[in-house]
Amino acid sequence: MAEFIKFDRITKFYGPLCVVENLDLSIAKGEFVSLLGPSGSGKTTLLMMLAGFEQATSGKILLDGAAINDVPTHKRDMGVVFQSYALFPHMTVGENIAFPLQMRGIDKAETAARVKQALDMVQLSALADRRPSQLSGGQQQRVALARALVFEPRVVLMDEPLGALDKQLREQMQLDIRDLHRRLGLTIVFVTHDQSEALTMSDRVAVFNKGKIEQIGTPREVYDEPATRFVAEFIGETNLVEGVVEAIDGREATVRLPNGAHIVSAVSAGVAAGQPVYLSIRPERIDLAEARGEARNVLETEVTDSVYQGDHLRVQLQNDAHPLIAKLGRRSREFAPGTKVFAAFSAGDCRVIAP
Amino acid sequence: MNGPSPRMGRSLLLLAPLFLFLIGFFVWPLFSMMSQAVSDPAVLRLLPRTADVVGEWDRQSPPSMPMQTALMDDLKAVDDDQALGDMVRRLNSARSGFRTLMSKTTSALSDAANPPPDLVSIDKRWEKPEFWIAIADALSPLTDRNLLAAVDLGRNAAGAIEHLPADQSVNRVILVRTFWIAALVTFFCACIGFPYAIIAASLSGWKRDLMLAAVLLPLWTSLLVRTAAWFILLQEQGLINDFLRAIGLIDAPLALIFNRTGVIIAMTHVLLPFMVLPIYSVLITIPKNLMPAAASLGAPPMRAFLRVLLPLSLRGVASGGLLVFISAIGYYITPALIGGPGDQMISSIIAFYATGSANWGMAGALGMVLLVATLLLYSVYARLSSDEPGRR
Repeated sequence: MAEFIKFDRITKFYGPLCVVENLDLSIAKGEFVSLLGPSGSGKTTLLMMLAGFEQATSGKILLDGAAINDVPTHKRDMGVVFQSYALFPHMTVGENIAFPLQMRGIDKAETAARVKQALDMVQLSALADRRPSQLSGGQQQRVALARALVFEPRVVLMDEPLGALDKQLREQMQLDIRDLHRRLGLTIVFVTHDQSEALTMSDRVAVFNKGKIEQIGTPREVYDEPATRFVAEFIGETNLVEGVVEAIDGREATVRLPNGAHIVSAVSAGVAAGQPVYLSIRPERIDLAEARGEARNVLETEVTDSVYQGDHLRVQLQNDAHPLIAKLGRRSREFAPGTKVFAAFSAGDCRVIAP
Repeated sequence: MNGPSPRMGRSLLLLAPLFLFLIGFFVWPLFSMMSQAVSDPAVLRLLPRTADVVGEWDRQSPPSMPMQTALMDDLKAVDDDQALGDMVRRLNSARSGFRTLMSKTTSALSDAANPPPDLVSIDKRWEKPEFWIAIADALSPLTDRNLLAAVDLGRNAAGAIEHLPADQSVNRVILVRTFWIAALVTFFCACIGFPYAIIAASLSGWKRDLMLAAVLLPLWTSLLVRTAAWFILLQEQGLINDFLRAIGLIDAPLALIFNRTGVIIAMTHVLLPFMVLPIYSVLITIPKNLMPAAASLGAPPMRAFLRVLLPLSLRGVASGGLLVFISAIGYYITPALIGGPGDQMISSIIAFYATGSANWGMAGALGMVLLVATLLLYSVYARLSSDEPGRR
């Protein structure tokens, strides 16, 4: 994979506090990469260093093969979309979008044409003469997006751009941005703490924790094959069950649970027999039945609670060793508390995670 | 709604102290100052009989007998020396020579043993219409004399407005000087205050508090104390000159006091808070990410400042400038202590008229000029600041 942006052993200290630690990350041209993590995990700091607002304490940032550590922000040619939009309140929408073009000395006729094109792109042509304060939050965000794209930057950086929007608008904007990314072939680095947003939009997701990348991969990889306990818990909901590896057979491991039950689970490299591990079982992968079925893994449990949530049924289970949560499709039957049930899932539906 | 409710009465009652205060300490003094400037009862009060007959006079022919008799009766009836003095001063300022003429006339009139038949027999000057014109003009209870004199204008014998002779034309020079000094002080306050406010607004925590305290602390000190401190700093053997000589930058002491330089330095320092605080209060409302956004869009720091931060903070600079300018044109103590004779501002002249020569009319007229100038400035500012569509 061609390296368009490369973070090479980046470390950032704020005083004694290390916010990014010895971090490597490569992003290809045209790729949409989300930096996902809780607040304080260093993802925004990394973006700010890429934009040039912050200086790395050590390490190099390369853009298209050239180190840009010492290049000032205004020469980096990166479009930044801020969470609070950062539109210039004393300029109209059109003037805001024309601003980066004027800074590049583009003549008036072309500026006007490109502003119009950018406004069409975000469907705001009618509002060119309004002030930002006269627009709704969603409209303001579209203007900010148009302004960051109009000068055809080499990279587009987005710092939680949808955080201030309500849920419906956010989901619409997610699809709009994804669509723009595909149509224009943009390279986008997108910071968010919302895992569903990252999964919806990204080619790859980098999961941040305490200044380090815990895992980077496609949305499917980080969800289905979490590498660490943090990733398993941060992305989606999961059941974590403690156990000890008894045997490893290729890509499958047999894990003994504290109550003696055995589970066969998918495993990646780096786990050895005899090692205490966690099993991550996604709740929606569990089937419940009153008879022991043919599945590879079956756990005997008892229903403690069952909640109807519209699109799914959420059942809380408990056996003598651990609690378990199952999400069942809405066509599933109800289970009364106290019912003895068998929880079944395949080896591919659970994952061994080194603690 | 059914008429004024008890609630409304209560609110009015709560507002009453404010209204009384405003009326007692603002409206009434202002009104009386303005009426002082245009009222001129000194002559009319003493010469009621003359006023009756002079109205029919044609202002050209020699004074008639009834006029002379009326004036003599009026002068005989005067028993207040102070009021007489006021009247003589007033008449003498309109027509020189009145002082001697009047003292001669009153002493002749008080000679009960040998009463003069008419005024002309006391002094030939009473035949001349000019003196009577002066009296006739002075009898009007309203006058524009003070207002005109405040801007170096006066009426000639025919009543037309014309420039006063150069030796009496000092107000206009002083007014221009006042505005010029105020403009310079405003300019220097903006030059120092704007960067200062930007730095203060960009800091946080104790550093910001320290910078604001450094601005506010002088504000809590008496103006007189601050001016006196500058007096000590700026004098020939003062700290600044001593320091500059000690580091070998100058050989002879700089003239920093009793001249324009000293006045500008001291006034700029004294008025700086009024520039810094409005700018600061505007700056902290500007979102922090606008300048990074401008940089990311390709604006070099200077252009980002000119296109984004400057236009957004201009409102603060305008209100700060207005505050400083309006305060500066009314300055009195600082020019009086630090300035030389050529640096006195309009307030000093007002003070001179009010306390030095007891000429309340002129003091009021000059005050009105100051008030009108301030109101004009304020209306320009209000026009400019409201002329921003789409801004709340």
